[in-house]
Amino acid sequence: MSRRIIVDARFCTGCRYCEIVCSLFHEKEVNPRKARIMIISNPLKGIDSPKVCHQCANPLCMDVCPQGAIEIDEILKIPVIAEDKCVGCKVCVEACPFGAMFFDLERNIALKCDLCRGDPQCVKFCRALPHIGRAALSYVEE
Amino acid sequence: MMISGYAGNVLWIDLTTKKIKRTRLDADLARKFMGGRGLAAKMLFDLLPPKIDPLSPENPLIFATGVLTGCPCPGANRTVIVTKSPLTGIFLDTYAGGHLGPEIKFAGYDVIVIKGRSEKPTYIQILDDVVLFKDATHLWGKDCWETEITIKKEIGDNNARVAVIGPAGENLVKFACVSTDYFHQFGRGGAGAVMGAKNLKGIAVRGTKSLHIAHPEKLIRYLLDKIEWKLTKGPNAEMVKARIRYGTPLTMDFTQAIGILPTRNFQSGQFDEFDEIDCYDFREKFVVADKACYSCNTPCAKFSVVKEGIYKELGLGGPEYETIAMLGPNVGNGRFDLIIKANEICDRLGMDTISTGNVIGFAMECYEKGILTKEECDGLELNFGNMEAAFKLMYKIAYREGIGNILAEGVRQAASKINKGSEKFAMQAKGLEYPAYEPRGSPAFALLYAITDRGACHRRGWPVIIEGKEYKPGTVEGRARLVKELYDNRTILHCIGVCDIPYDVAGIDREDIAQILSAVTGWDVTVEELSLLAERVASLIRAFNVREGIRRVDDTLAWRTLHEPLPSGPNKGQFISEEMLNVMLDQYYQLRGWDVSTGVPLPETLTKLGLDDVCDELKRRGCF
Repeated sequence: MSRRIIVDARFCTGCRYCEIVCSLFHEKEVNPRKARIMIISNPLKGIDSPKVCHQCANPLCMDVCPQGAIEIDEILKIPVIAEDKCVGCKVCVEACPFGAMFFDLERNIALKCDLCRGDPQCVKFCRALPHIGRAALSYVEE
Repeated sequence: MMISGYAGNVLWIDLTTKKIKRTRLDADLARKFMGGRGLAAKMLFDLLPPKIDPLSPENPLIFATGVLTGCPCPGANRTVIVTKSPLTGIFLDTYAGGHLGPEIKFAGYDVIVIKGRSEKPTYIQILDDVVLFKDATHLWGKDCWETEITIKKEIGDNNARVAVIGPAGENLVKFACVSTDYFHQFGRGGAGAVMGAKNLKGIAVRGTKSLHIAHPEKLIRYLLDKIEWKLTKGPNAEMVKARIRYGTPLTMDFTQAIGILPTRNFQSGQFDEFDEIDCYDFREKFVVADKACYSCNTPCAKFSVVKEGIYKELGLGGPEYETIAMLGPNVGNGRFDLIIKANEICDRLGMDTISTGNVIGFAMECYEKGILTKEECDGLELNFGNMEAAFKLMYKIAYREGIGNILAEGVRQAASKINKGSEKFAMQAKGLEYPAYEPRGSPAFALLYAITDRGACHRRGWPVIIEGKEYKPGTVEGRARLVKELYDNRTILHCIGVCDIPYDVAGIDREDIAQILSAVTGWDVTVEELSLLAERVASLIRAFNVREGIRRVDDTLAWRTLHEPLPSGPNKGQFISEEMLNVMLDQYYQLRGWDVSTGVPLPETLTKLGLDDVCDELKRRGCF
């Protein structure tokens, strides 16, 4: 089974609820800079676009990590970061083709979406636009 | 001790000495005022003695967030600027959404107080504990959008949040706004001129710190269960849906239908060229994306683009209802592309679209009545609907050229200068230009305009639907109680640092707010505490204005509202007579515990609300 969050940026309002609840879930505090998802915005064009891990089947981040700090989670079958092994070299951040590997400057470790262990909070708070019936984020297991 | 929700610090900046100071947020005040309007009002009351020129260095410019700003709560994105208004000479609170407020909190501050005056144009860069004074000589003269772009480029941080002024603020236009995130404005009352007078072009904020939530699981559960239910299934769900789809322009269709859409400088309440500026046209022809401020679950911001004609490809966030009405019907304009262009000009120049639409409507009426000649208008033919002339006039106002220099003082001052009977249709209360609701068709709005502490204001309550449904038209029955209730609801929201739209539209009530606040702060917040907060803040700000000389006689309306019957529409023949206003004021003061003859808060009221020091100050100044 593969799991991931799918992004449709056309419906992103730029509210950043995803960043907020992500940080609250993982860090137990509100700090968008420590989220595993990030909105890239171009306000003058009205564009907001969430960047989040694609949960690649052959993850580049895992390939390039010199510490072997990115492992496939046994239950979720997605790449996750073993925080005790991460040394903060940022090679994974540079390698990710989707710009979806983030970094905690305070703890000096990489931050990656772990799908909140199978119940992604960001998706719960990404509300569908009622007149369109679509939200920017959705969670798929297939 | 750290209080959950709050960042915990106040940043004090002196532009004269270029010194900064950091103090801990006073825990008692944090509980007593919950941040935002209330906390900043208390600080202004304590900091600023009466009768100080608003444009002098002594007048502090206070950026305040609320206890919830930055938290994962509905609309928790508000920043308020509190200062003494150069437009009205009394208390001013003016709000913006976007992302600035949360960023201020992440930088570690609940409130930023800016005093003094820089010798040279300056902008302030704040990165957590680091505060830098940067030369802004090269930015002086740039419009708001260019300034924001340039500052972000200069500090090398596209994610910084920036608040800036444009040429209007630099030139001390009395209704200059402060712009943030390009399309969000601290619009009303001239905070931009206060910044301009301080030689302060902008502030740029970036924060990396965290906010603590006392009971995150409880909060998340409440949001996903109760609040989500209100948004999607509760009695207001359809309204929420419409609000998200059409944004604030939805209001156009309400106000036109019930005849309170200001038209041609508030001469009437329905616009004959309405066809192409209703919310459906807007959505269909102009909106390209739905946008939201930080932490908002009712995304009412619309990014719109002009798709044909001379302004093809012009895109911006907005326009909002107030802008559409004031730069549309109120100046006799029935074209949406021209409204968007007008919105752009005002945003770039840094002028409040409400006051701009109001003063231009005023000038147009003067012109059509022969009070202003073409010559006196610097060759502009200011007929209603002549938007080309209106655009030119906007620049004249921002740069204070010719007739623009008179209008830049606001409609009250402009009318007293132009004279010749124009005061009768200078549509303002306490010097603040009327926003986009025609009060003759809504006694509740009339009362709101008369009693709001910052002058004629549209954000202290939105009686539009409820008044039509439950109150007898053409009378004042029950309006004082209704207005006080709505006003208090908004006061709570404006203290805790949230936008009023999701709360009002979805019916998120005081009980919900108490629950949310309790989860965030860990305090046991009750509905009674919130009600008391609202009362306290209303009387505190009233006391500030009383100290500045405001009394009952100032709680009044434009001559037209009080004497001239509406000529047409569903409210034909109606006006708010002095007698009607007086009845409403009597009742309102009684509900507030204010002296009915003077409008001054009674000493026992202040004491009951825990404002003993405010009471003492008023006594000392002989205000009772």
